[in-house]
Amino acid sequence: MLERKATRYGYGEGLVILGEKNPRVVTIGLDTTSSIAMNMFQEKFPDRYFQLGVAEQNGMGVAAGLSLVGFIPYVCTYGVFASGRAWEQIRTTICYSDCNVKIGGGHGGITVGPDGATHQALEEIAIMRVIPNIKVLVPCDAIETRKATVAIADIPGPVYTRFGRTPVPVITDESTPFEVGHAHIWRKGKDVTLIGCGIMVYECLLGAEELDKEGISAAVLNVHTIKPIDDETIVHLARQTGAVVTAEEHQLFGGLGSAVCEVLGKNYPVAVEMVGVNDKFGESGEPDELLTSFGLTHKEIIEAARKVLKRK
Amino acid sequence: MVSKSANDIKNLEEISRQIRIAIIKMLAEAKSGHPGGSLSVTDLLVGLYFSRLKHRPDEPQWPDRDRVVLSKGHVCPALYACLSYSGYFPQEELMTLRKPGTRLQGHPSKTSGLPGIEVSTGSLGHGLSIGVGMALGLRKDRRPSRVYVVMGDGECDEGSIWEAAMSAGHYKLDNLCGVVDYNKLQIDGSIEEVMDLSDLSEKWRAFKWEVIEIDGNNMKNILSAYDRAAKIKGRPTVIIAHTIKGKGVSFMEGVVGWHGKAPNKEQAEAALKELGERKC
Repeated sequence: MLERKATRYGYGEGLVILGEKNPRVVTIGLDTTSSIAMNMFQEKFPDRYFQLGVAEQNGMGVAAGLSLVGFIPYVCTYGVFASGRAWEQIRTTICYSDCNVKIGGGHGGITVGPDGATHQALEEIAIMRVIPNIKVLVPCDAIETRKATVAIADIPGPVYTRFGRTPVPVITDESTPFEVGHAHIWRKGKDVTLIGCGIMVYECLLGAEELDKEGISAAVLNVHTIKPIDDETIVHLARQTGAVVTAEEHQLFGGLGSAVCEVLGKNYPVAVEMVGVNDKFGESGEPDELLTSFGLTHKEIIEAARKVLKRK
Repeated sequence: MVSKSANDIKNLEEISRQIRIAIIKMLAEAKSGHPGGSLSVTDLLVGLYFSRLKHRPDEPQWPDRDRVVLSKGHVCPALYACLSYSGYFPQEELMTLRKPGTRLQGHPSKTSGLPGIEVSTGSLGHGLSIGVGMALGLRKDRRPSRVYVVMGDGECDEGSIWEAAMSAGHYKLDNLCGVVDYNKLQIDGSIEEVMDLSDLSEKWRAFKWEVIEIDGNNMKNILSAYDRAAKIKGRPTVIIAHTIKGKGVSFMEGVVGWHGKAPNKEQAEAALKELGERKC
């Protein structure tokens, strides 16, 4: 049985590591500090933490200002508000000036659970990756989130990182490769490639095991960096398997699946099936119930794989 | 410290006249842009760049420099002219405003590489937050630098201005100085008609700011306001600068139609004549 841990704690731990390592790292809280585990940093480094209240637009602008005088601000709140409410501040102030601001979007995806649709971020990948200069990361578990949080401090320019509220299986360890911009081939396969991000990487792995039993050999690719996307690895696996399934805890329009199709359409068109939220808002419920009712489990990935194989 | 002698004021007024001439020439050449606000804000920027601002045009990244954020970025012709006349870049470049490949973008662009531009601005409501972040960071680093954020009155319709104002008051940012170019006109009409801002000073006071109200086209008032603001401790200061939109060109003064329309050749010639310049 795998240990379960919310990716937000990976983010919090990453911030603490940075706090010790890099005196220029500061954090901005927007009245959600403890619920996205940023209080770990706040408690250790109170003089490098700025509380700005429930004001996301100002939070992004202040982060830009801090970066322009040489700090590396991590500004974090729930993903709906981090990416959506302050979208134009991110676009015009942070990204157009290429400010060294790290945006943390917590409470990503449907697994936010009982809070319902208002607080379930399902659009951030789409609305962030469309902006020039920004990088977009969706790590798959708490350890990878911690690694990502630390790594981006050394990458100049804006980065959006998505993480979540609910405990999810820890599937990587210290030795699992992680490099921003390089997708990780988790498992090789001959018949179909399952491409996931965030918590759907685990579902891809479960799906691949089931498919194995049916005699279908599935590769699994963890695309933790949605932008810049690792087109080389995606094309490489598409060539090897000739069919692709994408899986994401996000709207189907504009997310990982779309990004993969952009790559394949241009370079090596193959049949693609997408698993994700099908153009609707979330609702209240326990995370596991919602993943089932919204079709975000390995079952849908397996069905999609069977379907895509028929289209080969 | 620059003296406040009458002679000094006269020099600055003469610089303002030259900056206004440059603005008209740039806009006529570009055939688009925003003369009204550029002319209303001119004296406020001249008072900074040619007197009170601590800056080194030959060393734009000097860490202890004061920062200027032109939040109302559409009036950048005034900023570009001030930067150029201060020595940041050659004056000939001013005539490339708004042209393909120029560093003088239609709104200030940091990534264009124009020296003296601290951050890209022009999307209204962003600048004060940026200034708050700069002021927090500079204070944390114990730098003596001051941060000036120049805003428009119409811009004060934006909710984000008040989010930023609240945070600056909360953090007692006395190294931050806001400047509101209160020219009473916005694109759709008078401020009063479009969105009544009164009482603007009381609004800022309620957000824990020191408020200084001045005639923002009077150089003596402008300099003393900057000096007073620099002495206020424990809270940020905003200078509510009552100005005239289109100041210096009689047919543009107080006319809302000149918000975002460049003068044609004949209009530019008439404007330059009023400003004491013979040729376009």
